Order: sequence, then C-alpha cells, then structure tokens
Amino acid sequence: MTFMETAEKTLDEILTLAAAHFKVPREELSPDEDFFKALRIDSLQTLDLLTKLENHFRVELPDYELQGVTDFRTLATKIQARL
Amino acid sequence: MSSAKQSKGQALSWQVQGGVIELALHREPCNELGSLSLLEFEKFASALDDLERDAHTLIVYSELKCGFCAGADLRELYQQSQTRGELQASRGVRDFLERIHRVLNRIDGAPLTTIAAVHGVTFGGGFELALACDLIIADKMARFCFPELRLGLIPGFGGIPRLKRDLGNAFVRDLLLTGRSVNATKAQQVGLVSQVVSEGEALRAARATAAQVGKFDRQTSSTAKRFIKPIPLDELRKEIDIFCELFARSAVQAGLKRFVESTDAQPYLP
Repeated sequence: MTFMETAEKTLDEILTLAAAHFKVPREELSPDEDFFKALRIDSLQTLDLLTKLENHFRVELPDYELQGVTDFRTLATKIQARL
Repeated sequence: MSSAKQSKGQALSWQVQGGVIELALHREPCNELGSLSLLEFEKFASALDDLERDAHTLIVYSELKCGFCAGADLRELYQQSQTRGELQASRGVRDFLERIHRVLNRIDGAPLTTIAAVHGVTFGGGFELALACDLIIADKMARFCFPELRLGLIPGFGGIPRLKRDLGNAFVRDLLLTGRSVNATKAQQVGLVSQVVSEGEALRAARATAAQVGKFDRQTSSTAKRFIKPIPLDELRKEIDIFCELFARSAVQAGLKRFVESTDAQPYLP
C-alpha cells in the first residue's frame, strides 16, 4: 500500500470511528469539515475522540500537537505521522 | 439523606455495604472541586472515623458520564480572586488548599485499601484525588493530565509529591512540564494504573478487587500500607507555598480569565 493509500485509509477509519462514537451518520462527515461542528462536540468530548483514536491506532497523540486542528484530514495527517 | 452508614449530598454521596465504602462523585458538569465539594469531602473525612470501623475498602468513583473529575473549579477560583482583595484572595486560596490537603491526606492514610475507579476525564484535582488512593483502576477511555502549568500554576492538591512517590521522575516531568494528557494504556505502562478494563467496567472491577482485599486480615493490610505508602508531608506543605506564590502573579490571573471566559469548543490553553 502506498503512503497516499494508507493516509486515505487512516482518514476513512477516523471518519467511521467518529461517526460511530458520536452517533452521527457516516455519510454526513467529510474530510475537510470542522469536526467540532460536524460532531457537535465540546472540548471534553474531543478528549474522548482523542482517546478513541489513540486506542484504535495504538499511537500516542500529545494533545498540544492537536491545538488548532479542527478538520479530519489534518487529524489524519497527525496520526499518520505516528504510525 | 444522612446516617452513619450513608449520606447523599449535592456533590458526593457515600454508603457502606459488605465492608466496602463507596464514595460517588456527582456534581455537574464534571465533578469540579470547589467550595461545595470541599465541604462535603470534609464531612466525608469526618465520617470516615466511624465508617472505617466496619470496612476494609474504600472505592471512589464518578456517576457522571464525562469522567471521574475535571479538577479544581477554576470558575469559582477566578471569581473569588476577582471579588476579594489581593490579600484576602491569597488567604482564601491558601485556606482552600490546606483544607483539601487535610481531606486528601486523610484518604491517603486511611487504614483501608482505597481504590479510585476512573473513566473519562481525570484531570488536575481529579487526578490528585485518584493519586491519594492506593490503586487506580481505569476504563480504557480514562485520560490523565496535569494542565496547571498551561495556566501558570502547579498542581495544588498534592499532585506532584504523590505522583513522584509512585512513579519515575522522568514521567512526572513529562506530564508536568508539557501539560499533556495520557490515556489509560500509557498510564498502566508507566505503573500509574493497576488495571485497565473495558469502557464502563471500572466500578465493577473495583468491586471485584474489594472482594479480594476483604479476604485478608485488615490489620495486616493496613500495616503493609503504612509501611509502603508514606505520606510526603514536607513536600505537600512546600507545594501549597509554591502554588500560593504563583497564584498571586498577574499572568496567572490573565490566563485564568482567558480560560474561564472562553466559549470556544477548544478553550484557551497554551
């Protein structure tokens, strides 16, 4: 699998995971969307998402690296860098 | 509702059953520790003298979905510092810290096996409450953090001395100096958490552990605990002094103001 294919797979897994955890239809989420708005979550729920992602991908994501990250695609890039 | 064996307050409740004291936290939004919680914790600490006669284990847990505890009530802390004069605010903070230290020292040194059953947010003062317990059992969605340095402070409820007592200094520095949060798996890897369980299973696992603890001679258990878990009193006192010194700085007040007044989904944190 190429780097690009892996990155797309990571992105797709994030979207699927977020949709399932926050009970939002998967088809309503798009990669460049603001996930705070799309998932209707606050800062505490964002931590839940972070933990879900860390557990799923078996990575550590220091939360200061995610300061200012608001869209799924950038989030995927951050995770990808730690896989 | 209140009797020797049970009490229901606004921030926390407790009951004793089969030798196990269960202390439940339930102050919305996420068990922030302010003056109301402190009063009820003091009431619990006083009641412990009676409660522990018939008990071998104390389990502390949260009834709220958001997590175990989000830490000190920063809104109340900030408002009080604004409405009181500088000297009075400083005295108020010291008084609050000394009182909460007395409660946490009482829990820390209780002749019981104490278990924090945590899930979700276990931050700041909430993390410090868990650290006062002998064992931490976490569900896999639990998250631990000392965010205080991000606001120009250090943890004030005994966090550093207790974390240092339990873990290697390198990890203590990592948590403290970066202000990052870590999940339950990482916390278990470094030796902070004794068991990681499935989502929603921390209390059940804590009860199973309490049943095991109850099989042992209580005096032996409390003697072993006293031997292995000394309370770092000198460092705890020093921590209060440092916190008060830092709290008086205008940069801290500005940071608290930005944090408390933020309405963003991601509140201000450097």
